[in-house]
Parts: sequence; C-alpha cells; structure tokens
Amino acid sequence: MRTRRLTGLTLLAVLLVLVVFASIALGTKVIPFANVWSALWTPTGTEDDIVIRSLRIPRTVLGVLVGVALGLAGALIQGHTRNPLADPGLLGVNMGASFLVVVGIYVFGVTTLFGYVWFAFVGAMVASAAVFLLGSAGGRGGATPVTLALAGAALTFLLSGLVSAIILIDTDTLDAYRFWNVGSLAGRDAAVAGQVAPFLVAGVLIALAGAPALNALSLGEDVARSLGQDVRRTRALGIVAITLLAGGATAACGPIGFVGLVVPHVARTFTGPDHRWLLPASGLLGAVLLLAADVVGRLVARPGELQVGIVLAFVGAPFFIALVRRRTMAAV
Amino acid sequence: MTATAAPAVKVAGRRPLRRGPVSGVWRPRNAAVIVGGLVVLVLALAVNIGRGEFPISIPEVLAVLVGGGDAGQQFIVLELRLPRSLTGVLVGGALAVAGAIMQSIARNPLASPDIIGITWGASAAAVTLIVLGGSGLVGSLAAVGLPIAALVGGLVTAVLIYALAWRKGIQGFRLVLVGIGINAMLAALVNWLLIVAQVYEAARAQVWLNGSLNARGWEHVVPVGIALVVLVPAALVLSFVMGALQYGDDTATGLGVRVNAARSALLLVGVALAAVATAGAGPIAFVALVSPQIAQRLVGSARPQIGASLVVGAALTVISDVIARTAFGAVELPVGVVTAVLGAPYLLYLLIRQGQEARA
Amino acid sequence: MTTRSDIQPAETGAQAGRVRLAAESVRLGYGERTIVDDLDLEIVQGTVTAVIGPNGCGKSTLLRALGRLLAPAKGQVLLDGKRIDRMPTKEVAAVLGLLPQAPTAPEGLTVGDLVARGRHPHQAWYRQWSADDEEAVAEALDWTGIADLAERPVDELSGGQRQRAWISMALAQGTELLLLDEPTTFLDLSHQVEVLELVTRLNTERGRTVVMVLHDLNLAARYADRLVAMKNGAIMAQGRPADVVTEPLLREVFGLEAKVVPDPVAGTPMVVPIGTRRDR
Repeated sequence: MRTRRLTGLTLLAVLLVLVVFASIALGTKVIPFANVWSALWTPTGTEDDIVIRSLRIPRTVLGVLVGVALGLAGALIQGHTRNPLADPGLLGVNMGASFLVVVGIYVFGVTTLFGYVWFAFVGAMVASAAVFLLGSAGGRGGATPVTLALAGAALTFLLSGLVSAIILIDTDTLDAYRFWNVGSLAGRDAAVAGQVAPFLVAGVLIALAGAPALNALSLGEDVARSLGQDVRRTRALGIVAITLLAGGATAACGPIGFVGLVVPHVARTFTGPDHRWLLPASGLLGAVLLLAADVVGRLVARPGELQVGIVLAFVGAPFFIALVRRRTMAAV
Repeated sequence: MTATAAPAVKVAGRRPLRRGPVSGVWRPRNAAVIVGGLVVLVLALAVNIGRGEFPISIPEVLAVLVGGGDAGQQFIVLELRLPRSLTGVLVGGALAVAGAIMQSIARNPLASPDIIGITWGASAAAVTLIVLGGSGLVGSLAAVGLPIAALVGGLVTAVLIYALAWRKGIQGFRLVLVGIGINAMLAALVNWLLIVAQVYEAARAQVWLNGSLNARGWEHVVPVGIALVVLVPAALVLSFVMGALQYGDDTATGLGVRVNAARSALLLVGVALAAVATAGAGPIAFVALVSPQIAQRLVGSARPQIGASLVVGAALTVISDVIARTAFGAVELPVGVVTAVLGAPYLLYLLIRQGQEARA
Repeated sequence: MTTRSDIQPAETGAQAGRVRLAAESVRLGYGERTIVDDLDLEIVQGTVTAVIGPNGCGKSTLLRALGRLLAPAKGQVLLDGKRIDRMPTKEVAAVLGLLPQAPTAPEGLTVGDLVARGRHPHQAWYRQWSADDEEAVAEALDWTGIADLAERPVDELSGGQRQRAWISMALAQGTELLLLDEPTTFLDLSHQVEVLELVTRLNTERGRTVVMVLHDLNLAARYADRLVAMKNGAIMAQGRPADVVTEPLLREVFGLEAKVVPDPVAGTPMVVPIGTRRDR
C-alpha cells in the first residue's frame, strides 16, 4: 500500500510539472518553444514575453492554486459528511457566491473580475455558515449529513430563485453574470491570484493539519470521542477550511463544479481512506485536472476558448459515470 | 364509497372501506389533506383568474364560466387567464407526482426530476432551439417546436440515464449518481449556450429556464391534460407496488414484487410526467422536490403519497403564479422564481421543527 | 369471509416427508467472488431446519438463494419440484415467505401497516384491504402478541417487539414455508427464546416448514428438527441435532474445543466451551 501511495503521489507531481509547462507553452496564441524558453529565463520585453509573463504564468499559478483548493475541499466535505456524493456546492458555497456577485453587479454596478472577488468570497462564507447553522438546528445534537444536505439544497434553491429574479429584471446584470457563472481561468491576472492566495494557503494548511482528526472522525463520532477527539472543534475547523478553499476558488474563477466531487473518488483508488494521504493526493490531482482542462479548453476552440468549467463537465462526467458503473462507490 | 355494514375494526388504525371486490383502508388525514388542498386550489384559481391588469370580481368570473359576462371579460377569462391557470394546475400536479415517484424509487427525499437530469435534458433541448434556431425566419417555427423539443430532450435523457444505470437491474442510488453526472454535462451545455448567445436570446432562454406560465393557452392545456389523464391513473395503480418497494429489495421480492419491472414502470411514468410538465411550462423549480415532502408531512404518512402530492403541487404552483403575476406591479416574474422562494423557507421550517422534535 | 383460519396455509401437498425446497449443486456468489460451490440441500415438509456455522461461511447466502433473492451462478433451486427462478415471483410469494437479515421499513410506519404489507401477494391495486386480509393481519398480530401495538410507529418499538412485528408480517403472508435470516439477532436471551417458541408453535400447530439461520448452537439444537452445519461454503454435516452437534464437529467447523453434554431440560446436545478460564 505504501509503495502504491508513494508511486501515485510521485506520478501526480510529475504530471503536475508537465501540465504546468503545457499551460505556459500552449494557448490561443501559438508561441514557438524557443520563445517560451527565453520568455521564462531571459525576457526581453517582446510581445511573446509579455503574453507568457503577464498572462499565462499568473493564469497557471491561479489554476494550480484553485485546482488544489477544489480537490482538497471535495475530499474534506466527503470526509466530514461521510457522503460520497457531497461536493463543496452542497454547503451553498457556489450559490452564495453567485448571489452576492449578482447583488454586486445589480446594486453596486461592479463589473470587473477584481471587484467580483470580494462579493463572491463573502457570499460563499455567509452561505456556508448559514447552511451549517441551519443543518445543526435540524439535526439531533448537531449537523448530520442528511440535515446538511437538505439545508444546503433549500438554501441553494432559495438563492437561485433570488438570483433568477434579479437577472430577469435587469438584462445588463444577466449579461455580466452569465460570463462569471461559467467557471473560467481566462482573464484572471496576478492581482486576482494575489487577492485569493492568502485564503487558499490558509485553507490548505488548516486542511492538512486536520487530516489525523478526520481519520478518527471517519470511524464515527462516538469512536472519535472515545479516542479523545474534540468532535465539534474538528467539524468547525473542517467547515472553515472548506469555506476558505472553495470560497476562494469560486471567488477567483466562478463556480467550477465536478472537481470537488470526482477528484477524491479517483484519489481514493490508490491512497485508500487514510486522509493523511488522501488529502495531498486530492489536492495534486485537482490541480492536474483543472490545468489540463484549461489547456484543452484553450486549444479546442481556437481562436476563442472553451471555459474550463465546461471542459471539466464534458470530460469529467463520462469518467464519473464509468466509475459509478464499474463498482459500488467506495465508502468514505 | 362507503363501508358495507361498517364492519368492526379488527386492526387498530386500519378502518376498512369496502364495496364489492374493491377494498382499501380509510385514511381520514389523507382525505382531509386532499379535500383541503382542493379547496385552497379552487380559491387560488379564482383569485388568479380575477386579479390582474383588468380586475374581474369572483361573481363575474363565475358568470363568465357559465356563459355570461361581456365580450371583453369572456376573452380575458376564457382565452387568457383560465388556460394559463389550468396549465399551472396540470404542470404543478404532474411535477409533484413525478417527484413523489422519484423520491420513492431512490428512497431519498433529495431525489427529484431536476436532480437526476430529466428537466435539464428538456432545458438543454429548449435552450439549444432558442439560441441556435431562435432568430430570424425559424423563430416562429422554434416557438411551435419548443415544447416538443423539450419533451424529446427530457425523454432521450431519461433513456440514456436508464441505460447507463442498468447493471443487472436498476438500483435507486446508482440511478441518482448517473443522473448527477448527466446533469452536470447538460448544465455545462446550457451555460455554454447562454454565453455564446446574444443577450436577448439569453434572456429569453433564462425565462424558459425558470419555468413560466406566461402566454400559456389551450394549446398547452389540452396536450398536458391528455397526458395526465393517462399517466396519473397509472401512477395511482403503481403506487400499490411502490409501497412494497419502500421495504428494500429483499423484502419486496419476498412479497412477490418483480422489483426491476416495478421500478422501471414507475420510472417510466415519473419521467413521462416530468418531461410533459417541463415541455408545457419549462422546469418550474422545486415543485417536484418540495410538494411530496410537504404532502407527506401533512398526511403524517411514512412515504410520499401520490394523491396528496398532486393536490399540493397544483396548489403551490397556482399560488406562486398569483404572486409572480401581481406582486411586483408591472414586472411579471416566471413562476419558478416564486416556487423556489416560497418553498425553500417552508422546507427549512419543516427541517428545523423536525430537529426540535427529535431533541424533545 | 372464509371459515378456515386465514393465516393457515392451504392444505395442498402438505404430506410429511415430501421435499418442498431443494438446492441442486448450486454455485453462489456476488460478482466474481464465489461463496458457496456445488452445494446440495433438501428441505422436507413440516420440519424446522437451522443452518449453523462460523461467520462468513455462506449461511445467509444459501438462505438468500433458497428465497430466490440470489440467482445461482450454476445449479438450481427447486420449489415443489419446479425451478424457482422460472416461477412467477408472486406465485412463489404465495408459498414461501422470508424475513431478510436486518430488514428496513420506512421511517414512521405503523406496526399495523407493516404487518398488513405481508398481504401484498394476495392483493391488487384495487383490493388492498379485503376481509380476508384483515382477518389474517389481526390473527398474525394476535399470534405474535403485538395487537395492542398496531398503531405505534415501528421505529419506536424495542428490539424484541420490532422483531416480532417483522415475523408477524411474514406470518400474515400465510405461506407454508418460512425462511428466517437470524431472527434472534440483537435480542436478549428471553426474547430469543420467545421468538423460537413462536417458530415452534408455527411448526407444530400450523404445520409450517421453517428454515432459519441461527448463531446460538444451544438454541439451534433445542428448537430445530434438523441442523445443517456449514463451513467455507460447504455443508460439513446435517441431520438430527444429536448427530450433528458433536465434539469433533465443533472442532472441525468452529475450531472450538468444547464438551457436549445433554441439555438438562430437553436432552438435546448442549455445548460447553472449554476455554482457559475455569479455575474457580
């Protein structure tokens, strides 16, 4: 098992280096390899240098950060709810972010990506806190997976109703919102990456530090308590980490589904259920998947590009269905 | 139906109701919910037909319905508001029954036609038509073809999900998982179509995506009505085996239920209802999910009830339509926006009350 | 309304000694994994058979196959000489009732509704509560002593009451054969005895043929006419309890060093483990 895990992680790291390089080298604008190389090490301010250094490198860095965040958030929420169907959207993160972005556009006239970030982030935070509180109120002795799922679904429907009402009344808002609503890395510069990076890094640290506690929790709350765990604290920290990760990712790129749902299932096939391995593997795999999908999206629709969220759904969903068919889903 | 000679109750809580070869259990709460729901539905219909830009009093509405009233009132009631309201009754009821069936099959309150992708299949077909075929000379053709495209989209999606979920039988959880996967693809397709579209097409698609009763006439009432006349009795007949499926596959097989056949038949009826409803008025949000849950709690039963769900779904949709039409002055919202905003707090309330009861 | 008792099975072919249910060289498993291979078993009319064996030996798998919940990968299961998988499942349900291990009921379901569900094979969508149904359910509730619980939700019952409610449901089905998968799990000793006494009454007073999976060897020896001892998916011994429960067999099947003495009450074999802690 140990060698399998190590091989898996090493392979993922190698893959990540490859897609990072592909993400820098490939894109809508065809740039010869030599120019890519010189832009990296000996830039002279040519047009190619500018494309690479001020567009592709920030985009790649953001892609890695967001991919890691979404993969980790997915593994965390599946671990905490012990539900293989859970993804960060379940906590209302996406709809909360969407709602405040729409409010930002409609009420405050915000139209820049840089401006959306704060609205999205606050919306994601508030929505996930609300779902957690409502889910706790609905369950016997705190949030249970079922009450969390129902509370998340209800809040998501409520917010999506409100979002629909606003974008139907105001066509300008719809026009801005529909582009944000399709998750994408396009047009995100270093400023956007800088805005969300602190939250994402904090989320990663909290998530990884909580891995042993999550292992105990996966044996059931009673066992975790008898092993000396503070269950409430573990849960609360978990929710904070998920919100930082998924909220930060959504704020930067818009709602990107499916990474959080699928990645942990794939990672589990070689790490097993141990979160000390599962979490890093999910993070790496999330980054590989997101960047790869982004590169594919740039190449298939030249001279335009296909948004990463759409590529992911079209590549990820058939894969997910094949996984479901192949066997009963592994327990979390 | 009355009980013959009122036999003594031999099993507490199961009072018989018998006539000839027909027999059943008398459930007062179920009957009360259905009757009460029908009363609310009729009142909501009366209000919905009366209110609007040209208010018509309820006696006048009744007069028009029996052949009186002036020409203007006749036009407004018979050609505009009545068919629109009836479409609401029919699609609301159909979605609710579809939801009750899906939740029973999956034994999961979160399962509904929107979760397993049926309504997204219809949406994807409709939005494709609006965005790619909606402009210029094919515009009018698209308007006529929209419900049919949606119907075909929903049914094709259902067949696809069913085929992919079949592995030596149909299992509820696997069906939901496959549905979620298909759902994600269709949602991505719709979102992509929305960004390649012109903004006014996107707005039209957005109205459709929210489910709207606007401009629904007799040409919507008749086909949806015919479908319901066939499908709802089928659902009621099948609810007999649906009850046995609630006990899990092993017990149901032991009771002589052909589990896969029963589940497939139920699925067929549920999918057809959802697809017809979506074709008629777009994917009206939340009705399919919340109506069976509300009905079940009002009846106090252990599983989703077809009859009570039907009435609750119809009433919820018509009440939402009243609000959508008249609450915001000149701006008319799609009915689906209101069903979500109305239904979600109620579900949260039920959830929190349940939690308090569990702790008590 | 019929005159005979409604949960009394019809008298068709109920002569003693006749094979009702048979497994013929069946291979059973899940997916690629074979659990039972090339197994033969015959269940005779009017007997109580207990299947015993260590955890994971294939007892429940065998019972599932006998109840047509699991199709054999090879071989066949015969009910009254006919292949069970080729009979309409409703026809089977009129003859053979089964209680799965850890059955689940919808939350909030009442005991009356649960037991009434046992009448499903005798009903149709328009005939859901006939006089016969009512008669049979009332009698089944009576037999299991839970008639006064009929309006209570199943999930509020104690373990013993819940188990009786499920048995009552199988009883209301009115079948000649009953398959029970560990009917005594999660019950304390007095409730275990109570359930097995019920099984005995069903057998002696109503002529039911019963096959059950049991864990407790002493109770199995006491309450069954025949024992079937399994290990690793094969039958190691079968016959009267006194012939099956022997010291060598316990060693072979369970890996247990034990003395077998006559049960002071009934004279059936009783297992006394040797163990290491006996010096007091």
